[in-house]
Amino acid sequence: MTVPLDSAAQLSQLLTSGEATAVEVAQEALRRIEASEPAINAFNHVAGEAVIRQAEELDKRRSAGQPLGRLAGIPVAVKDVLCTTEMPTTCASRMLRDYMSPYDATVIAKLRAADALLIGKTNMDEFAMGASTENSACGPTYNPWDRTRTPGGSSGGAAAAVAACDVPLSLGSDTGGSIRQPAAFCGITGMKPTYGRVSRYGLVAFASSLDQIGPMSWDAADNALLMSVIAGHDPRDSTSLPAAVDDYSLAVAQADVRGMRIGVIRDQLENPGLDDDARQAVQAAIDVFRDAGAELIDVRFQYSRYWVPTYYIIAPCEASSNLSRYDGAHYGFRSLGTREVVQKFGPLMAMYCHSRDDGFGPEVKRRIMLGTYALSEGYAAKYYTKALSVRRLIRQDYDDAFAKVDILLGPVTPTPAFRLGEKMDDPLQMYLCDLFTVGANLAGLPALAVPAGKTADALPVGIQLQAAPLHEPALYRAAGAFQQATEHHTRRPPQ
Amino acid sequence: MTATRDDHGRFPFETIIGLEVHVQLKTVSKLFCRCSTKFGAAPNTQICPVCLGLPGALPVINQQAIELSIRAGLALNCRIPEFTKWDRKQYFYPDLPKGYQISQYDLPICAEGYLDLPETDTGEAAKRIGLFRAHLEEDAGKSMHDETGGLTQSRIDLNRCGTPLLEIVTKPDLRSAEEARRFLLELKLLLTHLEISDCEMQEGSLRVDANVNLHISAGNQKVVTPIVEIKNMNSFRAVERAIGFESLRQYDEWEETGATIQTVSKRTFGWNDVREQTFVQREKEESADYRYFPDPDLIPVALPAERVDAIRAALGELPSQTRTRFETQYQLKPYDADVIVNQGPTLVRYFEAVAKVAGDAKRTSAWIQQDVMRTLKEQQCELNDFPIAAPTLGQLLRKVTEGSLDNARARDVFQYLLRHGGTLDEATKALGIEAVDQSELDLLCDRLLAENAKVIDDVRGGKQQALGALIGQAKRINPNVNPGQLRQRLLEKINAV
Repeated sequence: MTVPLDSAAQLSQLLTSGEATAVEVAQEALRRIEASEPAINAFNHVAGEAVIRQAEELDKRRSAGQPLGRLAGIPVAVKDVLCTTEMPTTCASRMLRDYMSPYDATVIAKLRAADALLIGKTNMDEFAMGASTENSACGPTYNPWDRTRTPGGSSGGAAAAVAACDVPLSLGSDTGGSIRQPAAFCGITGMKPTYGRVSRYGLVAFASSLDQIGPMSWDAADNALLMSVIAGHDPRDSTSLPAAVDDYSLAVAQADVRGMRIGVIRDQLENPGLDDDARQAVQAAIDVFRDAGAELIDVRFQYSRYWVPTYYIIAPCEASSNLSRYDGAHYGFRSLGTREVVQKFGPLMAMYCHSRDDGFGPEVKRRIMLGTYALSEGYAAKYYTKALSVRRLIRQDYDDAFAKVDILLGPVTPTPAFRLGEKMDDPLQMYLCDLFTVGANLAGLPALAVPAGKTADALPVGIQLQAAPLHEPALYRAAGAFQQATEHHTRRPPQ
Repeated sequence: MTATRDDHGRFPFETIIGLEVHVQLKTVSKLFCRCSTKFGAAPNTQICPVCLGLPGALPVINQQAIELSIRAGLALNCRIPEFTKWDRKQYFYPDLPKGYQISQYDLPICAEGYLDLPETDTGEAAKRIGLFRAHLEEDAGKSMHDETGGLTQSRIDLNRCGTPLLEIVTKPDLRSAEEARRFLLELKLLLTHLEISDCEMQEGSLRVDANVNLHISAGNQKVVTPIVEIKNMNSFRAVERAIGFESLRQYDEWEETGATIQTVSKRTFGWNDVREQTFVQREKEESADYRYFPDPDLIPVALPAERVDAIRAALGELPSQTRTRFETQYQLKPYDADVIVNQGPTLVRYFEAVAKVAGDAKRTSAWIQQDVMRTLKEQQCELNDFPIAAPTLGQLLRKVTEGSLDNARARDVFQYLLRHGGTLDEATKALGIEAVDQSELDLLCDRLLAENAKVIDDVRGGKQQALGALIGQAKRINPNVNPGQLRQRLLEKINAV
């Protein structure tokens, strides 16, 4: 019997019916990872034996008739930015190379409570800064569809682990598109939830006002399953929302867009940076939704050209502050510096400078410098405070749109997966990968990337659905309808 | 008008003082996590991922700290804004594990206010000291950092990390070292009374920095000396002495170098308690850029009027109000009211409890100031550990007031109770104190008069003081005899013969 590592729903069924055991699933996932890893490098750490032990325990509990969690026996990979006991939490940085968190992130605790098999920690851009998973101290991750290409980033490992059929589910984090862009590049479904819907406690912060953890999977049904496990209020996160959690799986099953008003973001489709394949995917999706009974309405954003500039002020400002704690004094990487530097600046300053200089990679340092500059006296008003004002206008744009439509439809990324190394020398080109995704982060609303086509090279292309805060069910309903009508989410990379 | 030099050869000058006072709030747990704030625990035992600033940890505001800050703000006549927010103050230091301190920049929890200083028995007038603001922030850890000895010499205790501090910033309204001390005493009284802070400088739950400079009237020009911030003062006395020293130092510096606020920028001085001198710590105040920005991990705190009003309603009587009430309700002199109130709420409660039973507030005030407070001082103990309960002392004083016990005997009882505790009955029984009835008193008088015929003559001859000898004898025969009553009875008998 083959173990369907590309479907949590199917795995669940097999486990419940007794056709498969958790141990078999865990073993198969580990075998699969072992086979694919040399070529993909999706994982920074694989749990191995510990997962087998956990699976044995689950099988015992199942045969004893004990109640099991919603993810019982389902292998889940988590981005290496989520704090886990028992596994290192490195953020793909030399700075935290051997760092062991003394506590579990809230989402990890929820996964454990749901009896998920925590199979490993996935590769990422260092501290989630990047769009290609090339800024990793653990080396780049390769796109399972084309190993000369990037899986996207920063949750590239989490996307590739699903795309390589290592695991059916993974958790990523999204600050400016870091779940949706790799989901699009890897042909899978990725959700960036409403800001505050998923607890950030234990998510190593990049930009606190933008970061959200979200589920990645092949289809909307699996995505909703994982989402329903991780969503909810957490008293340990002040920005967590107290609202009750909706039934996301039900929304996917409803798969109904009749009468739904779907706004097509015209200015994004007209953007000269948008690749033809991506544009065609959106056009095709328009037809799918119209045929399914939705009402398509054109929408234009007034301030979309300020999205990326605004994002690249606010995110680095917060990052420069959040990353101050990595100073070599308390934990993580420490370098005492050369004798010359010690003599010139004293041992403390030498330790700070060298630990940070040697511990962080170039992109992280670039963003720390950008943020430090933008928050400095005399510049904060010009950059940071102004960016906050523009952010309010961007949110207003969305509010205006959602007064007219239920969800928004547009592209995820300007292009499909690009080649490794292609943009590494040009940070601005790399930043433009976020052109269509940062809006949802700045406005704090949910956005879903759904597989929606392929290029001539058979590379996946996605579409992005966005909704008003806490309207994840509308996104899942639309994605459910879309995936009922299309088969993009069923396409798998060549083995 | 042209100012001239005084006997010391100095022009008249005025010392301008502003204080920054950090008080540690008396919360059970820290400002953003549930770790204990208890003082004196073993290093690094009261810590968690949040106050350590570990990757991924997030702060959650302690509502008790908000409550205490509002209480302080109201007592300090501050305006409480509709909402307050959190900002990050960023700098690198080993005792600051996040690389930033969560503080409040432009929307402090307490806006502008003031504290009134009462007039003193030494004749200092009452005075209002303005406050710019009071804001909440987290404390840093303690580092014993020896840079010269190399990094291996560094020791950091992070127990204090995240402890809530209220930083109270006065306007430059203070004009003397003594006034600064008065301000601190009144502030401490208020904050301890409201159980906002312990205000123990020794334990670091109250810390003071003083900004000092002079306005010198030299001839017909007015000179302003450079501002100096004095740190490391570890007692109110040290604050007073440091400011006193510093103002003269600044005067001398001006005479020697002509330094003024225009020519020399703000400097930081330390206070050496042993040498009783201020000394330069940082020659030039570097204009540190803390890159303040709103902490995105915390949401602004709404402070609705209902909440503030509820806290205001629960404030109860403030020390200044207690002073006034003591003067009217108990007819205490301002000085006496001041002494009792300044001892803090525990003594105020004790005084009122004793006075209620004793039925004589002035006697109570005298006994508390002379006997109770002296004993506390001598034995270095707290009122909470004082062995004589308020009702017991009240009963004792009632007996004195009623005349059934004289002051000397009452002090014997007081001493007995101090040593042995127990009830008044137990004490009087143990001391053999019994009421002496009329027949006993008559018998005693008859015996004394029979044995001292000369005294009778002396008294008749106008020498009433001769009775003293009889009273002395009587006390030896029966210590319970009330001297007043005895004297009265003796006179009656002598005159009747």
